[in-house]
Amino acid sequence: MNSSPPDDGPPDDGPPDDGPPDDGPPDDGPDGVGAPVGRRVVLGMLGLGAAGLVAAPVLQRTLESGLGAVAGKDPTGLTGLLPNGGGFRYYSVASSVPAKGAADYRLRIDGLVDRPATYTLDTLRRMEQTRIVRDVQCVTGWRVPETAFEGVRLSALLDAAGVRSGAKAVRFTCFDGTYSESLTLAQARRADVLVALRMDDGPVSHAHGGPVRLYVAPMYFYKSAKWLSGITVTDSVRPGYWEKLGYDVDAWVGRSNGRDDAPTV
Amino acid sequence: MTSTPGSAGPMAATTPPPSEPAGRVHRFARPVRLVHRATAALMLLCVASAACLYVPQLAELVGRRHLVVTVHEWSGLLIPVPLLAGLAARSLRADLRRLNRFGAHDRRWLRAVLRRDRRPGARPAGKFNAGQKLYAAWIAGAVLVMAGTGLLMWFTGFAPLVWRTAATFVHDWLALAAGLVLAGHVAMAYADPEARRGMRSGSVGGEWARREHPLWVPGGRDRLDDQ
Repeated sequence: MNSSPPDDGPPDDGPPDDGPPDDGPPDDGPDGVGAPVGRRVVLGMLGLGAAGLVAAPVLQRTLESGLGAVAGKDPTGLTGLLPNGGGFRYYSVASSVPAKGAADYRLRIDGLVDRPATYTLDTLRRMEQTRIVRDVQCVTGWRVPETAFEGVRLSALLDAAGVRSGAKAVRFTCFDGTYSESLTLAQARRADVLVALRMDDGPVSHAHGGPVRLYVAPMYFYKSAKWLSGITVTDSVRPGYWEKLGYDVDAWVGRSNGRDDAPTV
Repeated sequence: MTSTPGSAGPMAATTPPPSEPAGRVHRFARPVRLVHRATAALMLLCVASAACLYVPQLAELVGRRHLVVTVHEWSGLLIPVPLLAGLAARSLRADLRRLNRFGAHDRRWLRAVLRRDRRPGARPAGKFNAGQKLYAAWIAGAVLVMAGTGLLMWFTGFAPLVWRTAATFVHDWLALAAGLVLAGHVAMAYADPEARRGMRSGSVGGEWARREHPLWVPGGRDRLDDQ
């Protein structure tokens, strides 16, 4: 019964492309006859998807402002789970990250410096603090407006360590055991590059890279390495974790990674 | 049942094949079940990895972002493959045709659902009811849109930035919708053990079939290549 004779022909209710003719005429009750609604739904979804792509810029602006207003008054935090619900997204490249506090946190500065040093959280806190309020822009698209970071200028730590001649760059390592970042020496000496201890006027939480993270205000946020534990002055730029996977080393917001976001600085 | 020239013969009768236990009717051929299982596994992997990328608590728990991204990309891209491979099976093509076509009874089924009419006979259905047909078509279209927008996000050099941002927008919101729809699909299956048995073993109880799918004529054209 699997062989359909050639005179079977396609079902009489549609064009020949409705299905392979060898699937035969409807011989099992009302199944398999009627309008091809399934195909229309599939095509309709494709059409909606394409329309969504075209309308996305307008829809996104509308939703962002609407959700932003709701999220501000949402005690459950559920709006934070919605797309474009605003706020930070948590990214970690390591399997798990130990929690560190004042007792066991250490920041090591070494490499091409005259005075390698190890800082505790308390010694960092006693140094001069700088507060910067800028937008945070992630290379994946999300942006958090007006976020305050406060900490020690990286340039102050570099000066204290005494950078030797011949040094060209700074490499950052993290106590997640995996992440790394780097800046040229000139970038590292900018006044808006901090070793941040505080974020939004509270301690930097573990999820945000605390107790100490890097903050590079003018660059995409992957440059602002979380869980900072090592600063090594080097003779050349060594690409960091995401940079080895194709992201730009000089990650100026709006001028790198093929993106045109408004600069954060 | 009316015989057509192609199906005339002893097997055109509705007697269950000897391999089915008494009182059971054959519902899903082996290729259909395999395709469903493979698609479900890939979909589960894709959704689970998506959750680990997107839900902050899970992202904090799992980490390993690069690995999770890779799992998500490949599981998602491979979702259509089992169905495409299954097209080689006549039984699967026959079920696809049944899912595609909407008859007058399907409109009645939908109206009854909208009115919450649960009286016996109020929801006529063939092998698939109208809800199953709509689900199948919607999720198929959604998978294609997700794959397309996902590829735009994956190969960042392929399209200009506005496209990528738009693709991210569509991908994120459709993911939310598809997640809810999938949860509905799983909840329906969870609530109906006999339907699950049909997809697991291939056969269902005769009484269940007559109640849930009164217009279905089990053992049609596609029976012989089932096993």
